[in-house]
Amino acid sequence: MKLSDEEKAMLAGEFGPACQWAIKHQKQVGRMFDAMDMVEVSQAHMMADPESLGDAGVEFVESIAKDGAKVAIPMITDPRGVDLSYYDPLGQTEDMANLERRFIAACTRMGIMMTDTCINYQTIMPPVRGDHVAYGDTGVVIYSNSVCGARSNFEGGPSALAAGLTGRTPRYGLHLDENRRATKRFAVTAQPKDLMDWGVLGATVGRKSGSYWEVPVIEGIEKAPTSDEIKHMGAAMASYGSTPLFHIVGLTPECPTLSDVEGERLKPVTVTDQDIADLYQPFGAHGEAVDVVVFAAPQLSLVEMGQVAALCKSRHRSETTDLIVCTPAQVYVDAKRMGFVDAIEGFGGKVLTGTCFYQQYAREIGEANGWKRLLSNSAKIVNILGGYGYLPALASMEDCIASAVKGQIV
Amino acid sequence: MATELKCHVGIGPTARGKALVADDNFSARYDLDRINGVFSRPQHKLAGQSYRDVILVLNTAKGGVATAWMLHEMTSRGIAPRAILFNSANTILAQGAALAGMAMCDRFEDGDVTQLIATGDDVEVDPESGVVVIHNR
Repeated sequence: MKLSDEEKAMLAGEFGPACQWAIKHQKQVGRMFDAMDMVEVSQAHMMADPESLGDAGVEFVESIAKDGAKVAIPMITDPRGVDLSYYDPLGQTEDMANLERRFIAACTRMGIMMTDTCINYQTIMPPVRGDHVAYGDTGVVIYSNSVCGARSNFEGGPSALAAGLTGRTPRYGLHLDENRRATKRFAVTAQPKDLMDWGVLGATVGRKSGSYWEVPVIEGIEKAPTSDEIKHMGAAMASYGSTPLFHIVGLTPECPTLSDVEGERLKPVTVTDQDIADLYQPFGAHGEAVDVVVFAAPQLSLVEMGQVAALCKSRHRSETTDLIVCTPAQVYVDAKRMGFVDAIEGFGGKVLTGTCFYQQYAREIGEANGWKRLLSNSAKIVNILGGYGYLPALASMEDCIASAVKGQIV
Repeated sequence: MATELKCHVGIGPTARGKALVADDNFSARYDLDRINGVFSRPQHKLAGQSYRDVILVLNTAKGGVATAWMLHEMTSRGIAPRAILFNSANTILAQGAALAGMAMCDRFEDGDVTQLIATGDDVEVDPESGVVVIHNR
């Protein structure tokens, strides 16, 4: 791997031990993926919830921060695992909160901005086409690559931190033109109608794509989705397929026509009604009692907060069903000002700030609250939570709220 | 008696152990009970099986970025695989192996690694050379 003089100096330790660790880490990863050199990045975004980090991860980040290391570029964070203003009622412990506090202190010392959001492309600063970035959170990466035309691999927490410290990342994968061409071609026949439908479509395409290195191109979408709709589509696709980039013909910036992504050489695979039904089938549970309704993964935009609030108005949840809503601090302020938070909490729901449900010790809070049957409109979250001991089910936003009122899945 | 498999240069130190194999994908967040060291996702082909100290052999990665930290966290507690072999790793798994100091290789020249290696095989992984040896056959 070819290094510049500055990068060689980093490797030699001239920029301090943190930067030296970072570029060594990047060299290792770059070698595995045949990177020829490094590429400068304009932003980094780090996923690092305390459940994933554990004691060892927090100690590691503290060790990086202790020598006065500072990030070289704007660096932001994915949702936290503990809402420090509301953790005891959720069944989270003081140990969990302390781990979170230590991590936040270490990040802050390094100059990392604690944005705590997985929708930074809606709330902070979306990247632009051709912008090389080092983003964590698969939903952030797939949206930034596909909808914004930016260039990022999935950068796990350690690699995002390394990129923040060095201001660059190994040039492999989606930083290269040749890996952004379509490799699978899908034809959609039924048009998605709501956020859940867009998520289910994304999940279906992701499952059929099946690898990080596949790039699906989708034909047949008749109307441009909203940012929230394509957000759910991308998040689910990345979740089911480890997919970091998709194109939609005539809609996404790198794909005005099929030939722009060399898709015409690929045999189209139709996404059938049966495919959609097969995806949905494990998550159908009509008539069953529901313990908790969750809106998260991705965090809710202001528009989604308004939609949930409108459905909650003048209604109240069943005493046997909880409602959890996750949104970033940037949205919470406006949602509070506009009465959305009060409407949701008047319904008996709880709005958590700067967290995401599956990233906040989902197993432990499920056990503490007796949550087993979980209902959401997020195709991503129902895919994740089976491994955490939940029985996840999927429904539209309207049906989620109606189910919370009734105490059973409508 | 030994069989040598060539793969792409990988990450981490050499490792040896018994193989645990499935034609399925992998995410530490989605699939594991990391406290008890078993596959916990009911739909996973290795559901209920312990991954501690094995050479895990799977198809590819799925899902999110958390695995990058989780491999490090699992290794720190000594409840982790010794190595993971994939047909195709993704960036997250490689990054996680780098931080954890765990052996990881992918892209095998002789085909599907989940068919080339069987559960229980005595497997040695050399990521630096891109070589995996099955010692028992």
